[in-house]
Amino acid sequence: MSTVTIIYAVLFYVATVVLVGGLAYKVYVFACTPAPLKIPTTPAPVTRLGVVGRMLREVTVFESLFKSNKWIWLFGILFHFALLLVLLQHLRYFTQPVWSWVVLEQPFGIYAGFIMVVGLLGLWGRRFVVDRVRYISNLSDHLMLALLVAIALSGLMMKFVFHTNIIGLKEFFLGLLSFNPQPLPADPVLLVHLALVATLMIVFPMSKLLHAPGVFFSPTRNQVDNPREQRHVAGWSASIHNPGGR
Amino acid sequence: MANFETPALREYPVIPLVHAGTMAHSKPFVAKPDLQKALGFPGELPENWEKQAVKKLGELVDESRALRVFLDSCVKCGACTDKCHYYLGTSDPKNMPVARQDLLRSVYRRYYTLSGRLFPKLVGARDMTKEVLDEWYSYFHQCSQCRRCSVFCPYGIDTAEISMAAREIMDSISVGQKYCNEIIGKVFSIGNNLGLPEPALRNTLDGLEEDVKDETGVDVKFPLDEKGAEVLVITPSADFFAEPHIDGLIGYAKVFHQAGIRWTLSSHASEAANFSMFIGSHENLHKVAFRIREAALDLGVKRIVVGECGHAWRVAYSFWNTLIGPFDFLDPRYPVPQHICEFTYDLIQRGALNLDKSANDDKVVTYHDSCNVARASRMGTMPGGQFIIPRAVIRASVNKFHDMEPGSIHESTFCCGGGGGLLTDDLMELRVKGAQPRMQALKHVVEDHGVNYLAAICAICKTQFAKVLPYYQFPMDMIGSVHGLVSKAIQLGTKE
Ligand code: SF4
Ligand code: SF4
Repeated sequence: MSTVTIIYAVLFYVATVVLVGGLAYKVYVFACTPAPLKIPTTPAPVTRLGVVGRMLREVTVFESLFKSNKWIWLFGILFHFALLLVLLQHLRYFTQPVWSWVVLEQPFGIYAGFIMVVGLLGLWGRRFVVDRVRYISNLSDHLMLALLVAIALSGLMMKFVFHTNIIGLKEFFLGLLSFNPQPLPADPVLLVHLALVATLMIVFPMSKLLHAPGVFFSPTRNQVDNPREQRHVAGWSASIHNPGGR
Repeated sequence: MANFETPALREYPVIPLVHAGTMAHSKPFVAKPDLQKALGFPGELPENWEKQAVKKLGELVDESRALRVFLDSCVKCGACTDKCHYYLGTSDPKNMPVARQDLLRSVYRRYYTLSGRLFPKLVGARDMTKEVLDEWYSYFHQCSQCRRCSVFCPYGIDTAEISMAAREIMDSISVGQKYCNEIIGKVFSIGNNLGLPEPALRNTLDGLEEDVKDETGVDVKFPLDEKGAEVLVITPSADFFAEPHIDGLIGYAKVFHQAGIRWTLSSHASEAANFSMFIGSHENLHKVAFRIREAALDLGVKRIVVGECGHAWRVAYSFWNTLIGPFDFLDPRYPVPQHICEFTYDLIQRGALNLDKSANDDKVVTYHDSCNVARASRMGTMPGGQFIIPRAVIRASVNKFHDMEPGSIHESTFCCGGGGGLLTDDLMELRVKGAQPRMQALKHVVEDHGVNYLAAICAICKTQFAKVLPYYQFPMDMIGSVHGLVSKAIQLGTKE
């Protein structure tokens, strides 16, 4: 087996462990940290079901962002939904036989790649053009966008310019899944694409990409507005015991 | 009037360009050591204060999911950058919510995240230094904790939580703000923010009884410490003290009078305000709130009603049950606590009040949604009742009412500019500039509809507006209580 194959096999095992382990750890920490007071941003739903609805609207149509800024909303939604389609399309490299709905989704997934780039460039452009956003951008914010754009462009390049050995690639990943590594086609664009993806997986749990699990734990969005009806205690507030009631 | 320029009011809202450092000089007076010690904070900066501050930050993050999620999740999308009235009024970029959060986040990243430990420059992580502390002191006292940013952030990141934590960290190393901490001290030593002792309070209330009698010929009571009353009213002490607050108190008294419900104030808990929230101190938050439980038990009341006060309503509505509940000793048929507007609204619904709107025909009214009522609490049973109920009370009392423009009311309301413990003369420039977005929306209804009365249900808003309205060429007595309108409209002697 070639050195390249070994390096990439190890890289993807490590990246997967970091991504899954890191995210699981972060989610665990979020879940274990108490929310001692009721702080939903009101008006807020007064039932659990209502909160589920609010959360669904936040993560599917980016409700608050829509209220806030139509440009960020537009580029944000283009990028995120295109990314979703692209990820689904990539399932074909990990499944044998390929699930039929993935086959149907295939054409959308391919063109979504372009939309993803449009969304990303829109978001990136704002970091240069809008002085307020320029002010708050750190180097890491630019690098993150550069990473995503590079992933998208290298992927599109393989689809439309330098076709890569898809069969070999799929064998490599199926091999990884069954812990029986197969040779990876040593195509430079593919190697770049894969290295960037692995990088993204590794930085995910230690970067602002934590907004993905974070949004579900945000007390201003996930709390029910019922403090009068139901006494809420957690963390330090759970140790309050008031004398003198009935 | 002062050595700064009052911002211009425009036809349309304009998002200013960034002007770095325009408010870097703004700092409130620092609390003296004895003031700090009275609240359980150290009096002097400890020698290893940097370490202690970082440690405190870690503890706060461990005990607050909000803080942890907010510090980890911001993507610097910029959606909040034009939402803060202090940014809009000052154009200082550190008053953009995300930039304000970053003052604390940079330190969190440096000490509590891998990327910040390894690559501080890359992710904007900073060591805890004197410069950082000074910046915190300045800019975390330029946040009124109004939560407007949290409405618009895709993850609900609430800068108020961050600035509360920052103030708590600063207090833990002795660096406190004089205005807030002096007031909390007064609540402990005397019983209310204004430092009004019991005899003076009784005097004031007796005086009010006489005034109302002179004006209306009716014996409206202002009871204090009356055991066995049905309702305990907890109201900001400003209501005992000055215009336009006091008109509100007179309004409450008349409502109780006409409804025939026995009520009382308490000298032990003669203050609804709880400034401990502003400084993020939950020990003090609990301690200040606890007086109210004691008063309710001691007086044997069945219900608690809270007067017109914004942050006090947040503490009462959202936190009381947690802090000083359960309220199993009160009448379960009523919500605990109840807002005075909910109380009056229910009476109006039941036809228990006789209100003559034409008594207010000299007024064209608009209503300012106070931040803490709008974005941190509720009234009634449906979401958004906090917008509907006060307006319904106003409309029942006046003929002419006009709302300000949609982006400046309800959950998008602009802060008065003086909330969050910033209502002090040493922050006058900030207060005036921060009021600009609200004043601009007000100007439009003044010009279009001839509005001459700005109604509010918050003691801080009322005080702040009385002070800043003249800077924008509005008369200072334009600001008034919602229950001041009720007070005028109510026809005493027709129902009781
Ligand atoms: S809107 Fe929220 S996520 Fe976006 S920059 Fe502001 S705080 Fe960060
Ligand atoms: S809470 Fe209000 S004052 Fe503070 S940053 Fe957000 S918008 Fe500005």
